Amino acid sequence: MTTTAPAPPAVEAIGLTKIYGAGNTEVVAMNNVSMQLARGEVVALLGPSGAGKSTFLTAIGLINPPTSGRIVIGGEPVMDGARALVNLRAFRRQHLGFVFQKANLIPFLSAMENVALAMEINDTAPRRARQRALELLDYLGVAGRAKNLPTALSGGQQQRVAVARALANEPSLILADEPTAALDSQRGRQVMELFRKVAHERGSAVIVVTHDHRALDVFDRIYEMEDGQLRRATAAPVS
Amino acid sequence: MNLAIKDIRHNAGRFTLTTAGIGLLLMIVLGMAGIYRGMIDDALVVVDHIGADLWVVQHGTRGPFAEISRLPANLEYRLRAVPGVADARAFVSHNVQREHHGQPLRMNVHGLSWPEDKGEWVNLIAGRPLGQAHYEMITDASLGLALGEKLELGKDVYTVVGVTRGMVSSGGDGIAFFTAQDALAIQFDLPGEAIRLERTARVQRAGGQDLGQVQPLLLERGGGASKQLPALGSPMVSAITVRVAPGADPAAVTATIAAWPDVTVYSRAGQSELLVHGMIDKARRQIGLFLVLLAIISTIIMALILYTLTLDKLHDIAMLKLLGARNSMIVGLILQQALLLGALGFGLAWCLGDWVFPRFPRRVLITREDVWSLALGVAIISVLASLLGIGKALRVEPNKVLS
Repeated sequence: MTTTAPAPPAVEAIGLTKIYGAGNTEVVAMNNVSMQLARGEVVALLGPSGAGKSTFLTAIGLINPPTSGRIVIGGEPVMDGARALVNLRAFRRQHLGFVFQKANLIPFLSAMENVALAMEINDTAPRRARQRALELLDYLGVAGRAKNLPTALSGGQQQRVAVARALANEPSLILADEPTAALDSQRGRQVMELFRKVAHERGSAVIVVTHDHRALDVFDRIYEMEDGQLRRATAAPVS
Repeated sequence: MNLAIKDIRHNAGRFTLTTAGIGLLLMIVLGMAGIYRGMIDDALVVVDHIGADLWVVQHGTRGPFAEISRLPANLEYRLRAVPGVADARAFVSHNVQREHHGQPLRMNVHGLSWPEDKGEWVNLIAGRPLGQAHYEMITDASLGLALGEKLELGKDVYTVVGVTRGMVSSGGDGIAFFTAQDALAIQFDLPGEAIRLERTARVQRAGGQDLGQVQPLLLERGGGASKQLPALGSPMVSAITVRVAPGADPAAVTATIAAWPDVTVYSRAGQSELLVHGMIDKARRQIGLFLVLLAIISTIIMALILYTLTLDKLHDIAMLKLLGARNSMIVGLILQQALLLGALGFGLAWCLGDWVFPRFPRRVLITREDVWSLALGVAIISVLASLLGIGKALRVEPNKVLS
């Protein structure tokens, strides 16, 4: 009988604190926040505006370093306080995927090119990148619009392309900030379900910052932030 | 994936208009260089074509292209007697402006030493050299006179027997070639009344002196033509050009002539130097400085255009950084667009200039060296101009995507 070591968590945030300003103008945006996600897990992060959700997301996304605390992604320590332990840009392109409220697609590239670009940036050969981009668009149900520029796509289609781009390099962690805010409830739910599908089928961990309480049933766990602290975690009813 | 080309194709209209603007600006830069070059070439056209080895001018002057130089025409014969001189010819040159078909006609009158010099050396594109001692002319095409056309100058009518191209004076006026005698007749033409008054005054001056009173024949001669008076000097010319005999030492010939106290002698190179660094020097430097100014303005305008194009893409550049794009990709995006903008602008400037410049009133001479220099200059300008945008792009933080 052989035993295998358990896979490391997709992401570990340990005691993250972010302080803006100093002295009288000091603002604690995130206070001693810890979180651990396994691969394939989808969590929602709720909370009012200014609670520190986006600060947490950008810290985990390695674009806004914390003041203190540690971040470990896929078992590899990447941040110790504000100090980067790896090349952050290279690490982002290899391990992280981002989806935002706005799709933020490059306006002069087609849907397929937007997805392929993320792979080419990660040194995938252009032909392979285009082929895989088409597969991803097909997976997300927008293969028919592959040659269209973003302006020719609906909001929902644009978000699907953005999700495809986030998946392009098979990241261990996908970070989504209000991805359904610009969508109607039906399309919003479709996108949330898409995250669940992606996480469960492809093994990526997904953190979704959202105000949308109508689709919480798709998440494995729900966190709530308030005053820079992760207040509670509840199990979400999975339908 | 070439992001620069993709972006240009997406914004084709704006890029086309920007390229057109840059192209027109570069055409002006090219035109300025051409005007500068044309001015020098025009100034040297006579010196280069006339085939003279030495220019003999009035003592102490810089020659006919720089200032007034007057020499007796018969100096020509004295020069022919110098050992090593193969040929000496009178050089007469002056400008006239007349009305022709209701339009001002400004020309440089150039005298040829008939019968030795019939104008075989000029660039004839139609007609023939001068065939008789009087009343014929060869004109540059820029003067607009047709073969066989007649023009009244002074008291005589001259017929165009030959047409040249590219024969203009340092001032840009087309040259008309006459025999030296005709050129002098045009230069010293006086109205009949002025001649009558001068003859009357001459008779009165002679009558007031003893010689006039004891020599009635002298008084009678005084009322006649000037050329019949032995007391008056021979006509004056601007310079005498000298051709050194094959095998003769030009330095020795120059030394002999330079020893004469009434003349100064210049080599062909010396005369060219005087023209370029004397007569057209200020205009040449003015255009040169204007050219430098235009190059600086072009750099600033291109920098502003590229900076604005970069500002428009800052959000996309932030997204590229978020996706993990290397700086080389972002720099490449801006630099390739800058170089493409410069290259297309240069191509447009070249094509447009090729069509427009021949229609300019003065010669715009574009040499291959100037074209390559401009191409290199545009490449440097494009790189310099893109630095501002590149600096801005490299400072953008990926979290700008969230704003």
